[in-house]
Amino acid sequence: MEHGEYLQHLARQQWLIPFFPLMAAAIQSLMKRPSRKASGALTIIAMGLSCIFALRAFFATIGGGGQHHEIERAIFNFTWFKFGTTSLGLGFILDPLAEGMAVMVAFVGFWIFVNATGYMADDENFTRFFCFLSLFAASMLGLVVSNNLLLLYMCWELVGLCSYLLIGFWYFKPAAAAAMKKAFITTRIGDVGFLLGIVMLYWKTGTLNLYTHDTLHPGALEQVSALALRNGWWGLSAASTIAFLLFIGAMGKSAQFPLHVWLPDAMEGPTPVSALIHAATMVAAGVFMVGRMYPLFTAEAGSWVLDFVMWVGCITAVFSATIAVAQFDIKRVLAYSTCSQLGFMVMALGAGSVVAGQFHLLTHAFFKALLFLGSGCVIIGTHHEQDMRKMGGLRKYMPITFWCYLIGMLALCGVPPFAGFFSKDEILLSTFHRNKYAWGLATFAAFLTAFYMTRQMFMVFAGKWRGGENDHGHDKHGKHDDHEHGHHGGEPHEVTWNMWLPIAVLSLFAIGLGFFGHKYGEYLGVEGAESVEGKAVVMGASLAVVALGLLLGWAVYGRKTMEHATDEDPLSAALGSLFTFLNRKWYIDELYDVTIIRFTATCGMFFRLVDKSVVDGILHAIAWTAWGISQVFRWIGDEFFINGGFDAGCESVRWEGEEFSKLENGRIQNYFRVLSLGAAILLLIYFFT
Amino acid sequence: MTQSSIPLLSLITFMPLVAAALILLLPKTSEREIKLIALGASMISLLTTLCVWSRFDPNAGLAFEERWSWIPTLNVDYRLGVDGLSVTMVLLTAIVTPLALLAHWKQDRNVKLFFILFLLLQTGMFGVFTALNFFHWFIFWELGLIPMYFLIKIWGAEDRTYASFKFFVYTLAGSVGILLAFSFIYLATNSLDFLDLRQKAASGELGVAISRLVASIHERTGFHVSASCFGSLLFWGTFLGFAIKVPIWPFHTWLPDAHTQAPTGGSMLLAAVLLKMGVYGFLRIILPIFPDQVHAHVHVLLFLALASIVFGAFAALAQTDFKRLVAYSSVNHMGYAMLGIFATVASAPNVADIANEKSAALNGAMLQMFNHGISSAALFFLVGVIYERTHTRKLEEYGGLRKNMPIYAGILGISMFSSLGLPGLNGFVGEFLVFKGAFPIVTLITSLATIGLVITAVFLLGMMQKVCFGPLNTKWAGLPDMTGREIFIGAVLMFFMFWIGIYPGPMINASNTAVRQLVDLFQTMTVAKF
Repeated sequence: MEHGEYLQHLARQQWLIPFFPLMAAAIQSLMKRPSRKASGALTIIAMGLSCIFALRAFFATIGGGGQHHEIERAIFNFTWFKFGTTSLGLGFILDPLAEGMAVMVAFVGFWIFVNATGYMADDENFTRFFCFLSLFAASMLGLVVSNNLLLLYMCWELVGLCSYLLIGFWYFKPAAAAAMKKAFITTRIGDVGFLLGIVMLYWKTGTLNLYTHDTLHPGALEQVSALALRNGWWGLSAASTIAFLLFIGAMGKSAQFPLHVWLPDAMEGPTPVSALIHAATMVAAGVFMVGRMYPLFTAEAGSWVLDFVMWVGCITAVFSATIAVAQFDIKRVLAYSTCSQLGFMVMALGAGSVVAGQFHLLTHAFFKALLFLGSGCVIIGTHHEQDMRKMGGLRKYMPITFWCYLIGMLALCGVPPFAGFFSKDEILLSTFHRNKYAWGLATFAAFLTAFYMTRQMFMVFAGKWRGGENDHGHDKHGKHDDHEHGHHGGEPHEVTWNMWLPIAVLSLFAIGLGFFGHKYGEYLGVEGAESVEGKAVVMGASLAVVALGLLLGWAVYGRKTMEHATDEDPLSAALGSLFTFLNRKWYIDELYDVTIIRFTATCGMFFRLVDKSVVDGILHAIAWTAWGISQVFRWIGDEFFINGGFDAGCESVRWEGEEFSKLENGRIQNYFRVLSLGAAILLLIYFFT
Repeated sequence: MTQSSIPLLSLITFMPLVAAALILLLPKTSEREIKLIALGASMISLLTTLCVWSRFDPNAGLAFEERWSWIPTLNVDYRLGVDGLSVTMVLLTAIVTPLALLAHWKQDRNVKLFFILFLLLQTGMFGVFTALNFFHWFIFWELGLIPMYFLIKIWGAEDRTYASFKFFVYTLAGSVGILLAFSFIYLATNSLDFLDLRQKAASGELGVAISRLVASIHERTGFHVSASCFGSLLFWGTFLGFAIKVPIWPFHTWLPDAHTQAPTGGSMLLAAVLLKMGVYGFLRIILPIFPDQVHAHVHVLLFLALASIVFGAFAALAQTDFKRLVAYSSVNHMGYAMLGIFATVASAPNVADIANEKSAALNGAMLQMFNHGISSAALFFLVGVIYERTHTRKLEEYGGLRKNMPIYAGILGISMFSSLGLPGLNGFVGEFLVFKGAFPIVTLITSLATIGLVITAVFLLGMMQKVCFGPLNTKWAGLPDMTGREIFIGAVLMFFMFWIGIYPGPMINASNTAVRQLVDLFQTMTVAKF
């Protein structure tokens, strides 16, 4: 088979990639609770199959890309339904952007599932958990391989649904119940922008298929140059307007400031969920979508949309990093770090480098999944402890976890030669070319990253075990009401193989993946526009700040580790109220509480009151007036005029019996009187005039 | 037009009435027989409807027509038929009614009367969707009202007297508007046939006839009113009747009261079918017969649709009563359907492919009607299920029910997401089509309507949180999960949620031709004629 034909053949089979997990989810939704082994196995096998198909497609796309420097893209579109004289199509795509992502999702997902079998081993809703996970994997893979913005949006929403279900997996915890709602609603605010972008794109291009390879009916992204010439809103071209609206959606999903508030709360879910959804894959969907729709963002030269994207990313990167510095929950530190890293990716996209953004997305997925799973191991190993102040000294008890975690941490900080170094460096470089201030801020964020990760490493793994001091300390963070550990509160222990094996595998990638950065650019088919100018400055600065961050982290937390869980954080002592300010996340949640949330609730009460007093008030006034008039008519002309015929008719309604007699004084009869009187008057007017 | 040999539509429509008569003959005590007859009759209607549905050819226009001269002196024919506008509604009625009956299978108070009223109601609902002549259409229209009044009045909750009275008088007051308008139309044209009137309106004959009527009134009484003003009066009279039924903001306040007080099955039918009678009125009567008037006032109408969406959603947000919340969500959801319909009427000279945009909006509105029927029936049913067990509707008194009622929580969750418009379930397709079609035509209003999408999510998820999540309220620790019968009802409704969400083709196909004809009506129109 010729290469092009082969790709076409594979594109027709793209639907299989999300299909396996979808089937697994469907089967499990009907399964009984006790079938744990079958459920776990089914999920993992389905994910493995998806992974195989994704890899097959991935290697096929590698085959051609390098040779003729033109992106190989195979598509498969079909009709969903017809309306009017046209139809709504959906479609799948096979191209480097999709396949790189698909392989990452399937592969990382596979290992997270393996880890989850350990993490959730004692949970009574084990089957349900894997059902949701499978559904999530299916939606995420569907999102990645769709060649249609509507299909992408549908998967996008389903991904949001799974996130909702999994954050609230321990629904009996009030915090989880609140967090699941918060996540769905916050992302939905962004999705409104996304939806408007979709309908606008549909309107302006007449299709939602991104590529059609058909000059008669070009796909939406094949019409961007025309879109750039048409008018949109706010003085932008249509292309930029749509891009802006779509980016609002991405801000919700990828937790960009000011829609970031849901992500840290999402940590109420089980840790594998945090790893898969709220670190590695779903939150990256926004970045992926912007990458997918990137031609729209660049179609109009000099629009402010790209700058907007860059600054949102930059602000998020710095802002979240400052919060991460002052958190005590092991998962919250990682959550804010995720926000911050997503900010980096978004900033790269805004600075004009898809490659840097997407590459960081991939590397980040591996090492952040590693870190989250590692934190899951820590949580299990310490019997459901999440407060870093009550940890310490775990290197001794959990050596495998420690070494893997260390690799992940170094990758996140951007220490060469780990993966994060290369991808973050590319981002900083592209930002440097675009805007020096943004670059400066981002470099500062990189410094903070190194600092807070060092802080976390020392608090968790160094020093001595502080967990046993306070016997009931864990109750506050206890996971399940019905979750009994025989050795609750005892010494920490290393986790079972199915939990540490995944992080070991992921740490290999956290080490090695960075070296493929250059290849990835080629693979995506973006010409090497990267100039080397400034490379030395950028790299030098980033190395310097990372070293400084590590050093400072060691100076504050490493030289003298915490002795007791109740000790004050040394940084808190140094920063005072600023530390509290950061610890309380800049009081953003409180701000939203008193502004947006209160405003919405007030609106609700207002319209409820309007219905009760104004609308019903007018209604009652009319009713009483009508009743009054009917009384008047009753006295004047009613007795001989209508009474005979109509009241008899009303009497016949009385067959209803006892209940009817309770009806207040025949209001209905009165009503019939008015009605018949009105009709009679009208007829009289007509016939006698 | 196909003239069917067996009068299928009459069979569908009158089967429940026959069963009601049969039940009348039975003694009060034979409750089981009464229930079986009622269910059997609505099952026959359902099967016949499925037969009609499977043989319905969307491209053939009016199908299964029955026409007999009835009152020749008044030029009234008994005329039944279904086309794309009504066939899905007949299907919806046929599906939901047996389920509503099943929901009351355990009914033990005054069974005979209850089931008779239910069957009468069903005949009324079928009749509204199949009748093509105003004369008997109006009888059916009122027949949909009276049994519901008694259902609320007798089997309702604590405030039933106020609610039933409000429901009855309010909607009947709306009917007066329709009745008066059609009296005048009849005087002007000597016709009460919907399709005939539609043709007359399209050809301008109706306008001429109304001018003649106005002139004759002037001649006889000296009372002068311009023809355009008179036409507008007729339009607003009809509008009032349908707007109350839909209900469109600000004519909606009867709905939360009636829904909250009605028995479960009554709420199901009220939300699923009776509201659709109002929307159907817009499609069958207002748009075809008053095209100029509706076009002239479209901005007001669009604002009212927007108000239904946004204000309805906000009002739902502030509710503390489970059933009232679901009722308010109906106001919000019907607002989307009205937005789609009014967008079809509005003109937008700059939009390139406007016929297809309008088709999308109107198809979306049609689908939204069906979808809302399914999801609101499910939600009201589920409210009933929990009310039966706890005897409270206060949201804050539930909590954590997922713990001991996982099946209930699952079905509630799916119905909730269907109502919220989650992709993969039915609600999404309709809403998306409405937005897709309305956005290019009335951009600002559609953009503002998206506020409703967010608020809907807020109150529905809040509802879910209060009912199912959080720590289990110990008061309900012993609550049993749904029974087999209840699961069956939920399963049937969920089947439609998934089916339409994944494969909406057949539903849209069924309505598309009729929708395009309606759209063509407004295609050529740029300025109001009078």
